[in-house]
Amino acid sequence: MRPFRYQHAPDIGSAVSALAEAPEAAYLAGGTNLVDLMKLEVAVPDLLVDVRELTSDRIEAHPDFVRIGAAVTNSALAADPVIRRRFPMLSQAVLSGASGQLRNLATTGGNLLQRTRCPYFQDLNTPCNKREPGTGCSAREGFQRDHAILGASEACIATHPSDMAVALAALDAVVNTEGPRGPRAIPLVDLHRLPGDEPERDTVLEHGELITSVDVPQLDFATNSRYRKARDRASFAFALVSVAAAVDTADGVVRDVRLALGGVAHKPWRATDAEAALRGAEASVEEFRRAADAELAGARPLPGNEFKIPLARNMIVGVLSELSGVPR
Amino acid sequence: MDTEITLVVDGVEHSLVVDTRTTVLDALRERLGITSPKKGCDQGQCGACTLLLGDRRVNSCLMLAVAYDGANLRTADGLADADMHPLQRAFIEHDAFQCGYCTPGQVVSAVGMMQEMREGEPSAVTADAAELSDEVRERMSGNLCRCGAYANMIPAIVEVAQR
Ligand SMILES: Cc1cc2nc3c(=O)[nH]c(=O)nc-3n(C[C@H](O)[C@H](O)[C@H](O)COP(=O)(O)OP(=O)(O)OC[C@H]3O[C@@H](n4cnc5c(N)ncnc54)[C@H](O)[C@@H]3O)c2cc1C
Ligand code: SF4
Ligand code: FES
Ligand code: FES
Repeated sequence: MRPFRYQHAPDIGSAVSALAEAPEAAYLAGGTNLVDLMKLEVAVPDLLVDVRELTSDRIEAHPDFVRIGAAVTNSALAADPVIRRRFPMLSQAVLSGASGQLRNLATTGGNLLQRTRCPYFQDLNTPCNKREPGTGCSAREGFQRDHAILGASEACIATHPSDMAVALAALDAVVNTEGPRGPRAIPLVDLHRLPGDEPERDTVLEHGELITSVDVPQLDFATNSRYRKARDRASFAFALVSVAAAVDTADGVVRDVRLALGGVAHKPWRATDAEAALRGAEASVEEFRRAADAELAGARPLPGNEFKIPLARNMIVGVLSELSGVPR
Repeated sequence: MDTEITLVVDGVEHSLVVDTRTTVLDALRERLGITSPKKGCDQGQCGACTLLLGDRRVNSCLMLAVAYDGANLRTADGLADADMHPLQRAFIEHDAFQCGYCTPGQVVSAVGMMQEMREGEPSAVTADAAELSDEVRERMSGNLCRCGAYANMIPAIVEVAQR
């Protein structure tokens, strides 16, 4: 690990200015991703500003939204009674990620900003455009099982690893930040970027922009929601494909739906084409399949991850059927 | 960069000067000679380094010691008072280990897990789990065992969790 300084900041403003003055500095929350990457020297900050005590660790329930402080741990979020009642898929998504020990350390802000698990990104001996722009993408000719089928670019086919972010994308969550240019509110679906020709930039955040909280707007039918995750072992593994969905059906018709996919793209993938196909459609396996195909029509798989297309299709159909009580 | 910190480990207060790069695991093992937490992967993947921070289980290999100045930590060593902890006894009675390398982490993790269950915290399988052993398997998935001693470990934990 490279040497670095470590400090606390008395308040958010000082933390933001500390980073503004130090281009190589980083915020530290639970450290479960950052410390790992620092050991590998994939991340080489010269200063860490600890933000665990700067942002809220509380979940505030309001009638029309729930505010989750950036320092709320993954375990506290998953166990929160309001979250479990109003947004079951969010609790399920968090519980499907990492392990009991990690969830006790990991925070809401850090989870959103964790970096890809592409093995080449973590291996200093292989070319990787995300780690070292311009060197090439080792995954294109290499191991592709975990990689993207939607929205990837020539430069990078990495996926975003967060489960929590997939549920938050489906729920129209908004990320509140405090940065060098003041506060702003960013829809979660716009927080992460597609790789394009700048895969080194995971998100739209500026250097030093601090996530302070995440707001989840009230969505009555989200009580009928589900997060399902397919992976290479039953527990403690990242998603190959995951599905977050909430469905509102009446008289056998889909009145409204929220659908997002994980493990398929550089960002949590809100399935807007499938949602459009579903609104007003009959709640049936045929219609669910048609909607899944509408979303997956744009998929550009590589030989190593073609399996993700039928997997995603079947998972979408399975979760939607379950939520609308349609026998398969 | 050297910083002076205090760690309370199994009820004993230790003051030490650490480089900012030192993890809690390395501070305990290399500096304080407290070797019951083990280093398996050093990447959060195996659980051998599990400690209780307060009453929450955590991976000490990913915790920078400077970020835990003043923390109250418990290792497998500190679980027993005069008697062995019920989980420690159950591991022996069930022959729940082979080489024993993962065992301190497993036992500490199981103690943390039982506290989480007592507080009604759900797991990924709570909604569907028919058997307590399914809950235990899911909740203990952050602790790997190279010897594959799970077959006896799960019943050991289930037995104590049922009491
Ligand atoms: C073995 C293992 C398995 C895992 N499995 C899964 C899994 O299956 N699913 C899953 O979703 N995750 C998984 N994770 C990832 C884990 O969820 C993340 O590491 C964790 O959520 C990150 O949170 P943290 O607080 O520890 O972040 P940190 O490591 O402290 O920070 C991560 C990044 O966010 C930045 N940051 C932190 N807080 C803020 C803030 N408030 N504002 C701005 N920037 C901030 C940091 O500078 C850093 O760049 C796994 C991790 C490990 C080690
Ligand atoms: S997929 Fe992206 S992160 Fe992985 S090697 Fe290619 S450029 Fe790097
Ligand atoms: S040594 Fe910490 S999890 Fe493996
Ligand atoms: S008993 Fe040998 S690693 Fe678990």
